[in-house]
Amino acid sequence: MDGLDRPYDRTPGVEYQESGANYLSYTVGLGLAIVLTIASFVVAQTHLLWSPGIPVGLVVLAFAQIGVHLVFFLHLGTGPDHTNNILALAFGLLVVFLVITGSCWIIANLDANMMPMHS
Amino acid sequence: MTSATIDAVPAELVRGRGGGGPAPTRTVVAYGFWIFIVSDITMFSALFAAYAVLSGRTAGGPTAGELVNLPHVFIETMCLLLSSYAAGLGALSAERWRQDRFLIFSVFTFLLGAVFLFIEISDFAAMMKVGAGPSRSAFLSAYWALVGAHGAHVTSGLVWLIYMMAQVVAKGLRPHVLRRLLCFSLFWHALDIIWVGVLTVVYLMGVP
Repeated sequence: MDGLDRPYDRTPGVEYQESGANYLSYTVGLGLAIVLTIASFVVAQTHLLWSPGIPVGLVVLAFAQIGVHLVFFLHLGTGPDHTNNILALAFGLLVVFLVITGSCWIIANLDANMMPMHS
Repeated sequence: MTSATIDAVPAELVRGRGGGGPAPTRTVVAYGFWIFIVSDITMFSALFAAYAVLSGRTAGGPTAGELVNLPHVFIETMCLLLSSYAAGLGALSAERWRQDRFLIFSVFTFLLGAVFLFIEISDFAAMMKVGAGPSRSAFLSAYWALVGAHGAHVTSGLVWLIYMMAQVVAKGLRPHVLRRLLCFSLFWHALDIIWVGVLTVVYLMGVP
């Protein structure tokens, strides 16, 4: 039984018994992150994308970048060891989504219903 | 695998679901710290929401486009990214009981983080000089709160890193020191993830 013999479970940042691939995975992650960062700056500063689409492009690149960080730096994978970490992260993302979209939605409504300011 | 004993259950179905007894301390510590990181990200989401709501309210004061120096932001981003990479290599070295390598990578982690912080603080000082402090407008309050909170996290991470290097030198790579190092590297990588959000929302989207 390969898995049960391991002295440690794997968690983000810990990958015992998998030497060799580790330095490589950090380096691959660094390369991808640098490419995505440069792509974000290029998209923001040039007219490569249709201008109204630039924010969407930047958000997509940011999510890709965060994915690269989670997989290559924090070693979050799809394995059964990661179930608890992924669930906690998914709950966190739900709260983040609710806080940000909820605030923007409510405040935009309040703003639209404000009495006009004199001056 | 036709035998009906417990051994017949594939390991990947038991691990992480309570099979094989209680989880090792290392897993419990890392999971607890992971919960802290998720709640820290949740706290940042409130600052991001405030920024998103207030970013247009400049009250006649300077806008992001007038204040931000994008080449500086690019250098900051690269410093933080390389610092995260060095921290990852340091964590790997520590887990393989290579204390010398860990210390070298940690020095790089620290220096790159310090360069990031130096650029950020000098940009903050330049903003104060032109009257773009946090009290100038709602936009600037939100900007200083969000970017400042990230900078404060980086500062505490640098202090923590010095403390960890001192522990490794004084105590060696013992299991409890390794667990603290694991928490530090999770923290440092998480700061990079938050910076991706700051970079995209504040700098790249805010500067036309």
